[in-house]
Amino acid sequence: MNLKTNTLSDEQLFEQYKKQRKAYRKSITFWQLVIFAAFFISWEFASRMEWIDPLIFSSPSKVGHLFAEKLIDGSLWFHLQVTLLETIIGFVAGTLLGIILAAILWWSEKLSKILDPYLVILNAMPKVALGPIIIVALGPGYVSIIAMGAIICIIITALVVYSAFREVDENYVKVLKSFGATRWQCFTTAILPASFPAMISTLKVNVGLSWVGVIVGEFLVSAKGLGYLIVYGFQVFDFTLVLYSLLVIAILAALMYQLVEKLEKWLIKNTAG
Amino acid sequence: MSFLKLNHISHQYFHDKGYTKSVDNISMAIEEGAFISVLGPSGCGKTTLLSIISGIIQPTHGEVLLRNQPLSNTASGIGYMLQQDYLFPWKTILDNVLTGPKIQSKETEQTKDKAIQILHEIGLANVVHSYPKSLSGGMRQRAALARTLMTDPNLLLLDEPFSALDYQTKLKLEDLVSSLLKEYNKTSILVTHDIGEAIAMSDRIFLMKANPGEIAEIFEVPIEIRNLQPFQARKHLKYQLLFDRIWEELNELENKHPV
Ligand SMILES: Nc1ncnc2c1ncn2[C@@H]1O[C@H](COP(=O)(O)OP(=O)(O)OP(=O)(O)O)[C@@H](O)[C@H]1O
Ligand SMILES: [Mg+2]
Repeated sequence: MNLKTNTLSDEQLFEQYKKQRKAYRKSITFWQLVIFAAFFISWEFASRMEWIDPLIFSSPSKVGHLFAEKLIDGSLWFHLQVTLLETIIGFVAGTLLGIILAAILWWSEKLSKILDPYLVILNAMPKVALGPIIIVALGPGYVSIIAMGAIICIIITALVVYSAFREVDENYVKVLKSFGATRWQCFTTAILPASFPAMISTLKVNVGLSWVGVIVGEFLVSAKGLGYLIVYGFQVFDFTLVLYSLLVIAILAALMYQLVEKLEKWLIKNTAG
Repeated sequence: MSFLKLNHISHQYFHDKGYTKSVDNISMAIEEGAFISVLGPSGCGKTTLLSIISGIIQPTHGEVLLRNQPLSNTASGIGYMLQQDYLFPWKTILDNVLTGPKIQSKETEQTKDKAIQILHEIGLANVVHSYPKSLSGGMRQRAALARTLMTDPNLLLLDEPFSALDYQTKLKLEDLVSSLLKEYNKTSILVTHDIGEAIAMSDRIFLMKANPGEIAEIFEVPIEIRNLQPFQARKHLKYQLLFDRIWEELNELENKHPV
């Protein structure tokens, strides 16, 4: 046995290694599918056997039926589109405003020192608690909901990006200053691109946060969207509807996360070489 | 008239617990085309001195005159090469070298050609479009030098440009820099730890001592060595004599001011 492996060429060893890797990856996917299937099968089974209350926990088949029904009558698309749009706008606005705030803090160190305790408090405060005030101030519509999606990620983005700005080696700025660069040029040529990785990683966090903000906003406004469906389902005691909405949100959030990850890979490849 | 004049320059760094006097009462007068070295132990304020001459740091006392004008009145004309290369990792070598013209809004097709030509001269022709991380330490130092030369500075400030290199690369680069600077008739100030490098490359050597950073001694490099390439200079008899004198002086300073 030992003798046999020793006689393998490097090429063959590499083939062997590749085969092992492939088998390993296959087994990972296999177990992921097993968990997926086991979850839904046991859910369905438990519901049919009434081990869990079918009224509250519904069952995959009921949710699936509802899904098909809503797909056909177009209301899936209607609510999904509302929520998705609000989330994307909230996410983009929150991230951009956070980065702008970070830039302002970087610009004036004094201002950042002055604002420091307030930023800490704002960051620690649960932003969704501001919901009722926002809705009264901006009216019970999509503007409020987008604002919730944005507000929830502004402060954390600003803090993370600002600390990334500060960690940029000041000697890069020194290089630029030796060419007579203005402060704005230093910012755009050195600070901003050097902080790119940090900014991209906040994107990933913000995707999740914006969903929370928007769904809570829809809870409160209760007019349309997936968050509204959840509240409505709860009020009429239709938990199939609640679970259906939850499932759609989970799928959308996962897709959006994947998209941001793709964007991250692309940006890193195209900006850092 | 001296090209560059420092009048009683002092600088303190202030921090919460007090202050560090990094350089104290430094005066020097440098002629156009001269090559000056500043030699001294770590922490004696060499980098601080260069930052002051470049205008990036304002000294707490004294003034810097370039062609009899205070620094702020002269349109830069100073090239500063930092202690490490500080190439922007997200830019190609060519874009890095073009940083200066870009900042000064002078980027044209000509500057691009010029950048490529400088990279050629400095032996980096085949990495023009590579990123800094794929270059060796010596290549990166050369790229940083090219970036500094790109804006045609009249005065070059070099902060230990060869310190991170292996001995062989260092000797080669010394020759290259020396001939480039002679060719373009630049005035240069080189900061170094290396006694041999200071002698081989310069016309005059300022020896600094630490705490506070002051000029302890000035050595004129013998004319015979000045006109030799650094590599040849190192083999000259007078090189050895001057080396021993500076070595002794440094030891004496250390005994007077133990670290
Ligand atoms: N940004 C700064 N803030 C506070 N103190 C500083 C700063 N930069 C340098 N110093 C202090 O000033 C003194 C001189 O530092 P400087 O960097 O000029 O020395 P140097 O001669 O260049 O040393 P080296 O040979 O190690 O590069 C040191 O005591 C250092 O601690
Ligand atoms: Mg230094």
